[in-house]
Order: sequence, then C-alpha cells, then structure tokens
Amino acid sequence: MSFISYLIKGISLGSVYSIIALGYTMVYGIAKMLNFAHGDVIMVGGYVIFTVMSMIGLNPFVAVLLSIILCTLLGITIERVAYKPLRSASSLAVLITAIGVSYLLQNLALLIFGADTKSFTSIIAVPALKLADGRLTISGETLVTIPLCILIMVLLTVFVKRSKTGRSMQAVSEDKAAAVLMGINVNKTIAITFAIGSSLAAVASVLMFSAYPSLTSTSGSMPGIKAFVAAVFGGIGSIPGAMLGGILLGVIEILGRAYISSQLADAIVFLILIIVLLVKPTGILGKKIQEKV
Amino acid sequence: MKKWNTINKSTRNNIITIGVIVVIYAVCQLMIAAGAMSNLMQGLLVPLCYYSILAISLNLTVGILGELSLGHAGFMCVGAFAGAFFSKSTQNGIGSSFVGFLIALLLGAIAAALFGALIGVVVLRLRGDYLAIVTLAFGEIIKNVINVLYIGLDGKGFHFSMKDSEALNLEENGTIIINGAKGITGTPKHTTFTIAALLLIAAYLIISNLIHSRSGRAIQAIRDNRIAAESVGIDITGFKLLAFTLSAAMAGVAGVLYSHNISTLVATPKNFGYNMSIMILVFVVLGGIGNIRGSIIAAVILTLLPEYLRFLQDYRMLIYAIVLIVIMIFNWNPTCIAWRKNHSLRDILHSLTGKNKKEA
Repeated sequence: MSFISYLIKGISLGSVYSIIALGYTMVYGIAKMLNFAHGDVIMVGGYVIFTVMSMIGLNPFVAVLLSIILCTLLGITIERVAYKPLRSASSLAVLITAIGVSYLLQNLALLIFGADTKSFTSIIAVPALKLADGRLTISGETLVTIPLCILIMVLLTVFVKRSKTGRSMQAVSEDKAAAVLMGINVNKTIAITFAIGSSLAAVASVLMFSAYPSLTSTSGSMPGIKAFVAAVFGGIGSIPGAMLGGILLGVIEILGRAYISSQLADAIVFLILIIVLLVKPTGILGKKIQEKV
Repeated sequence: MKKWNTINKSTRNNIITIGVIVVIYAVCQLMIAAGAMSNLMQGLLVPLCYYSILAISLNLTVGILGELSLGHAGFMCVGAFAGAFFSKSTQNGIGSSFVGFLIALLLGAIAAALFGALIGVVVLRLRGDYLAIVTLAFGEIIKNVINVLYIGLDGKGFHFSMKDSEALNLEENGTIIINGAKGITGTPKHTTFTIAALLLIAAYLIISNLIHSRSGRAIQAIRDNRIAAESVGIDITGFKLLAFTLSAAMAGVAGVLYSHNISTLVATPKNFGYNMSIMILVFVVLGGIGNIRGSIIAAVILTLLPEYLRFLQDYRMLIYAIVLIVIMIFNWNPTCIAWRKNHSLRDILHSLTGKNKKEA
C-alpha cells in the first residue's frame, strides 16, 4: 500500500513540475532562450497569495485570480524590459540577463518579505479521500492537482494546434524570419508565450505551496530547476514531452526520497538529467534539430 | 624604450599586470610592517586574492569559452574540502608542513578538475544552454552531499558514512575528519598573503598564456563560430573540456586557499551557494567578459567597496542583479551599441582637444 501512496504522491508532484515545465518548454521553443526567472515567478505567485489572504484577508479565489493576473503581467514585463532589447544578442548575453532577472526577483522578495520562512495555508478545501479501509489516503491537493494538470495540458494542446495565435507560435518557433514574412507579429507572439508561461507558473504556485507550504524567497528556484530537467527529459520544445517528463521526474523523486535517501533526492534528479543528456540529449519526445549552415 | 616596443603586446600586458600586482603586494607588506593597515584590511588581503582567482577562472569559461557556469562556488567547495581533508588527515605528519600545503593545493585542484571533467564530458558535447543549468544543479547538490558526509580516521584506516558520526564505528583514538553539517574543524591556517598572491600571479599567467596559445585560439574560434571551427578540424568537445576543466581546477585552488584561511570549514549556502556563484559572475561581467585583467579589478573593487559602504549591505545582492541586467543590455542592445559608437569617450576627448587647439 505504501508504494501506491508514494506513487500517487509522485504523480501529484510531477503534475506540478509538468505545469512549470510547460512554461520553460514553450519559451524555449519560441524564443530559443532559457528563462531562468521562470522558477522565481512561482515564488512571486506564492507571495502574492500569501499577502492577499493573510494580510488583507480576501477570499482564496480572489487571491488566486489576482496572483495569476500579477504573474502574467510580471512575465510580460520581464520579457519587455530585459529580454526584448537582446533579441539579436548572443545566447550568453541573454542567459546572463535571465540570471540577473531571477536574482533580482529573489532579492526583491527577500527585502520585502524578509528571510524568515512564511507558512502558506492550503487553499484547496477538498477533503482527503480514504481508500481500502483507510490504509490508502489521497490528499485533497492531489485530487485537485492531477485532473487540473490534465485539463491544462489538453487546453494548451488545443490552443497551440487550433487557434490562430497558437499556429503563429508554431510558425515562430519553426522559423522566425519566415514567420515575419507571413505577417506574423513575432514580438507579440513571444509576449503571449511569456504571458501563458507565467500564468501557468501562478497556477503551479497555488498547487505547489498548498502541498508544500513553506515559502521563502528562494523556494521557486529548485522546483524551477527540476521543471527544467523535466522539460529536457521529455524533450525540450514539446508540450506532451513536458507533461511526461514532469510526471516521471516527480515519481522518481518521491520514490527516491522514500526508498533511497531523503537528502540525496535532489542528487538523484540531477543524475537523471546527466543520464538523459548522455543517452538521448533530445529527450523522450524531442525532435532532432537539423542544423543549417 | 625601443626594446619595450619590440616585446610582443601580450607579453607587455602580462608584465604590466604582474608588475601592478607585485607593487600592490609590496605596498601592502610595507603597510603591515609599518602598522599602517587596519585589521579589517589585513583580513581582506587573502580573500582578495582568492576572489580574483575565482573571477579570472570563471572568465575563462564565460569569456574565452563562451559558456555559462553557475556552479563555480561548487567547484570551489570541492577544492576546499579536498584540500582540507588532506591537511586534516595528515595533520600530525606531512599535512602541517609547507610541502603538505602544496600537496593540498594540488589535490584540491585535481578534485575540482575531476568534477569539472565529469560534468564537461556529458554536457559540453551538446549545443544549447545545458551547462548553465547542470552546473547550477551541481553547485546546489554538492553542498547537500557534503552536509551528510561523515569520514573518520583511526588505526584501521578511513571510515565512511552518510548517516551520522556514530555510524562510523571509530576506535577510541580515532578522529572524525568530516563531520557532516559540522564540516571540518581545525584546518591548519597555512594560507598566507604571499602564497595567495603568488598563486594569483600563476593563475593569471596560465590563463593569459592559454589565450595566446594555439589551444586558446582554437577555444576562441569555437566561441565565435562553432560550425566554422568544426569545419577547419578543431576538436570542439576536447578544447571545450580543456578550458572548462582548467577553470574548475583553478576554482579548486581558490577553495583550498579559502579553507586554509579559516579554522572551521562548513558548506553553507553563504560560502558555497548560488549567491557566491552569482557574485563571481558579477565580477566577470563588471570587469568585462573576456577581459582577464578587468576581472581582477572588479573582484578587488567589489570586495573592498561593501566593507566601506556598510549601509549598502542589505541592498548588495539587489545591486548585483541590476548590474548584471544593465551591463548586458548596455553591451548588447543594438540601440545602445549605436549610441555608444556616437558617444565614445575617445570621440568626446578628440572633439574637446580639437576645440582647444582651435581656440589656441
């Protein structure tokens, strides 16, 4: 029984990773950059909900809505101020800027909210499900997280495949110059991608901090790294890949924590990244990119 | 001065830089001897050297190789623990001598290089920004691993454990060398300003010679155009690995200097964490990516400045973040590049002197 409960816990954590990984993978696919600040947007989302609920005392739904709106705006602002001026620059320059943005968000949060750990009260008011005479308990957070993740995934796939904006995203990711010639507004498309990624990060922050309630200025960075690992694992640039990679990674992490060592769980995740890069650098569902000279 | 002009340019630059370091070193020693230097300043002399070594070694990866490493503090950590481990376990023998310290330095460099090579072999053959994320993860994880690592020494040899110090099963006269989160206590204080300054000069020479060597030109060719470099037969992965491993080894040396400058070595987020790696990156970016001399200057200024501007302490990291973003945009944004061309300092000076001549 304990194995099944770990497995479910792993899928739940993995669902959160895959929602975060979607943000990485879409931005990477379209802007060809690694948005280091993505993990920190989760942290900002967490602080927004925390502030709105415990200091102003508003309804959780209002708090979540506000958090999604603010994170979306934050994502668009980051792109506009820090990344857009560097569209033609080398990838190293963009990468260092992204690190700068991530570091800026972390330290702003540190200055505003202080270094002490805030405890986040779960806002998912779903009762836990007891199965098999109470030997298997599935928490309310898990019951919400997994279906929500599947819903997001389906909606996003339909959006990218069917809508006009989604198709222009595909076009930009395929060939930026050709997309411009087809009359696609590349800047707008990239901004929309950042907006979607950041709003997903806000959703992920609700789910993650409800299940793991300690909130500090750096609590977004490690999930961010792991979500990136998940994106690479599944094949960077691929939406189903992010989902698959996220869930596999979550399961491996929880099982590793339970059966191998809790202190080394992060090291195990890191080892998986190394193995994936060694064996299949394009990930499970990734496409091999042809290089044009 | 005719002779001076016949020396090739890079040698001239080396002589100037090393000359400046030697002069500063001599002035510092004179000030210490005369008692004119505050304790605060004296305590900073060794950190200045190892920060400079860290900065120039990271510049080798970022500036010369063109890859981003965010785990430089992790390599420093590996070097620090490897060196301190050796000194502590041979404390009653060779470890307390000068030769022992040299071996510790060498071991620290080798250990860090080994980890650098391990990461490099996997990551550097790929395209894309994988090195940044892998080194970032490495830097975070190496701390966790060291914090659960217990190593003890007794008559029967070394004992390892990843649980606690009890699990080592040491004999009565055995000593715990690495005590998990409590780290290594009682490392001999071998690092002196002289050794640190000498190593800084050595590191500078190694890197500047590498840049102007055949290998260095190959590495820079890879940075500037990977495909072109590959098509003239340059071994991409090999040269990338060379630069990255060398950079890691130097960070390891800096780590040994660090660990032999303090009495208790503990791996905390403060000394070997992400913040440290970013701080070194700020040294490199502020000093100029690819500019070795600039890295040393930036490391010195940014280490001294916060000590004198204590009121800025809370905002230090925030300022670092802004420095990274602003310098990158200023350096790479097309509009900024155009603006800099029209408003370069040289032009302004020329126009000023031109006017002066007319007036005269």
